This record gives sequence, structure tokens and C-alpha cells, in this order.
Amino acid sequence: MKIDEPDTDEVTRDLIQAFPAAPGDLSGLHERLAAAAQRDGILDVAYRTIDSPVGSLLLAATEQGLIRVAYAREGHDAVLQTLAVRISPRILHAPGRLEAAARELGEYFNGQRRRFDLPLDLRLSAGFRRTVLSYLPEIGYGRTASYTAVAQLAGHPKAVRAVGTACATNPLPVVVPCHRVVRSDGQMGGYLGGPEAKRALLSLEAAA
Amino acid sequence: MTGKPPFETVVSAHAGTVLRVCRAVLGPADADDAWSETFLAALRAYPGLPADANVEAWLVTIAHRKAIDVTRAAARRAVPLAEVPDAGIDTAEGDPGLDGDLAEVLTRLPARQKQAVAYHYLAGLPYADVAAILGGTVDAARRAAADGIAKLRRSYPGAPVRSER
Repeated sequence: MKIDEPDTDEVTRDLIQAFPAAPGDLSGLHERLAAAAQRDGILDVAYRTIDSPVGSLLLAATEQGLIRVAYAREGHDAVLQTLAVRISPRILHAPGRLEAAARELGEYFNGQRRRFDLPLDLRLSAGFRRTVLSYLPEIGYGRTASYTAVAQLAGHPKAVRAVGTACATNPLPVVVPCHRVVRSDGQMGGYLGGPEAKRALLSLEAAA
Repeated sequence: MTGKPPFETVVSAHAGTVLRVCRAVLGPADADDAWSETFLAALRAYPGLPADANVEAWLVTIAHRKAIDVTRAAARRAVPLAEVPDAGIDTAEGDPGLDGDLAEVLTRLPARQKQAVAYHYLAGLPYADVAAILGGTVDAARRAAADGIAKLRRSYPGAPVRSER
């Protein structure tokens, strides 16, 4: 039998009132944690989100560079979970590391930037897919190339479907311009950010 | 894809509780340092944490050790006084973030009672976990918490442990 066991819920409620943890206090501590983790070299993945004309974009970076740009439709939580498994679970919301990426994307969406000048971490893409991605920046701003043309550029003229797969699994959309790859018949073709996003990016570049 | 969630999820879920525990055990002045040390150490060790571990108990265990470190560091910094003042006078008075006197009375409890109350009632850990953190038996942990609560109640008769001023 318990002796004078107090009502746990009541005690807990009173203690929580006596020792508040205000959101402002916690966000300050979070910032301090992110800075200390960066200083100690244990912030394996930093991320933030930005608003854009194609919806909320998740930006994630390792020490090496930008590793992921993700559309909302990909599910930002799911993307972070994948990064935890494939890269490291040492992941924090830490906008500082993404400052340059956020600024350059902002300029791009304002029509004031035609190419990105950011260190990239292409670890999430391997083999032929990675080769394809490395050729995409050669398609200039405001221009398009067909899947077939990219396959030729990458040295495997018959690997047209594989180019499609490489674009569909591009870990760095917008920054690595897979939206500039379209079908040979002039149709736009698919896009991991959805057809509206692809259309929006292509008309943005055509207008600027 | 399964696996351990991003550490950010751990921070979101437990930041508040760990801060309350640090404030209860250390008082507001040193709580921020203990919180920061706790989460930095946790981030460092996180990849090696077993996937089925009780994250809250793990964090409170780290916080317990960090609180001891912070207390020792503060003691080393302290200037020795010719006359030792009465234990616990005004420790919480005027400090931001503490809601009046329950906080003050709690911070004046003997360390083990204070820790047992914080870990069981604020962090919600079962006494088995509290005992593992404090050392000693489960019964001893339960008794320390009960003694602590009894003292809080003595200071605040009536409504459970809070004063109505």
C-alpha cells in the first residue's frame, strides 16, 4: 500500500507552472545549441525552409555543401528522415549554414540570378545518375534540352530513360536544373516538383 | 524508410521538459548552461543510441550529470565567505522564469529529494529510472520524492503544493 502518494497529475501541473519553459527561452537555447554543434563539428546536417513561388522549399546542407532541396510535395519530414538514415541523424534546424543558399535562391526567384554559385554535396546521387546531374548545369538559363540530348551529352545516347530517372531523383532540384530537361516532342515531361512547378520555373526563366 | 529520427525531433519533443528539470534542480541562473551541455552531449552521442532506447530517460540522465558538473564549476568559482549564510535564502527571488514560491521551496530541498521530485514529477520518469539515475534502490528513490513532496506541502497547506497568495 502506498503511503501518502500525492496526486501525481496535480503535483506535475503545479511544478510545470512553477518552472515554465517559454518558447522564447527555448528558441534562444536552440540557436545556442546549433552554434555549439557547428563549432564542435558535430552538426552533420543543417536545414531550414524558405518560401518560394513554387511553395515551401526545404534546404539541407552538410559541412561539404548543399545536399538537398526538397519540394513540399516530397514531404519535408520524410526527406529529413531519409537524410537521418542515409547521411546522419545529427540533424538540426540551423539556418546559418543555409544563408548563402537561401539568398541565391531568393535572387533566382526574383529573376536576378542565372546560375548558382554554391558548394554542393552530391553524395545522395551515384553512378550514371550523378553523371547526368553533373551535365545539367550546361543547359543554360532560359533554355531547355531533351532527355535524348542529355543522354548524348552524358555519353550514353541510348540511356534516355535513365536520364529521366536521374532527373526524377535529383536531390537538388532548382539548383541543379533538371527542370530544363523536356521531351523531344516539345511536351514538358514530368517533374519531381509537379508539372506546375516545372512550368513556373521555365516561364520565370523565359521572362527574365 | 525506418531508423532513428533526426535529432531535431528529439529537441522539439524534450527541450521544454529538460529545461524545466534543469531549472528545478539548479535554479534559473545555471539552468541554461546545463541545458546546452546536455543537448550538445546528447547530439554527440546520438548516432550510437540504441533505436529502442527511452530518449527522455537518456536525456535526464545526461542532464543529471551535467547539473553536477555545473554545480561543481560554480562552487569552484565561488568566493569563500567569512560567514556562511543560511542555506537557501532568496535563491530564487527576483529571478526570471520562476513562478513564485513553489520554485523557491523546491530549489531549497536537499539535492536527492529535489532530483527525485524533478525526475519523477516533471520528467515523468518511473521510479525505476529515477533510481538508476540517482543510484540506490527504487524504494529509496520513491521515499526521496515522497519526502520532498511532503516538505513542499508543509509549506503550502491546502491546494496541493501551490500557494494561493
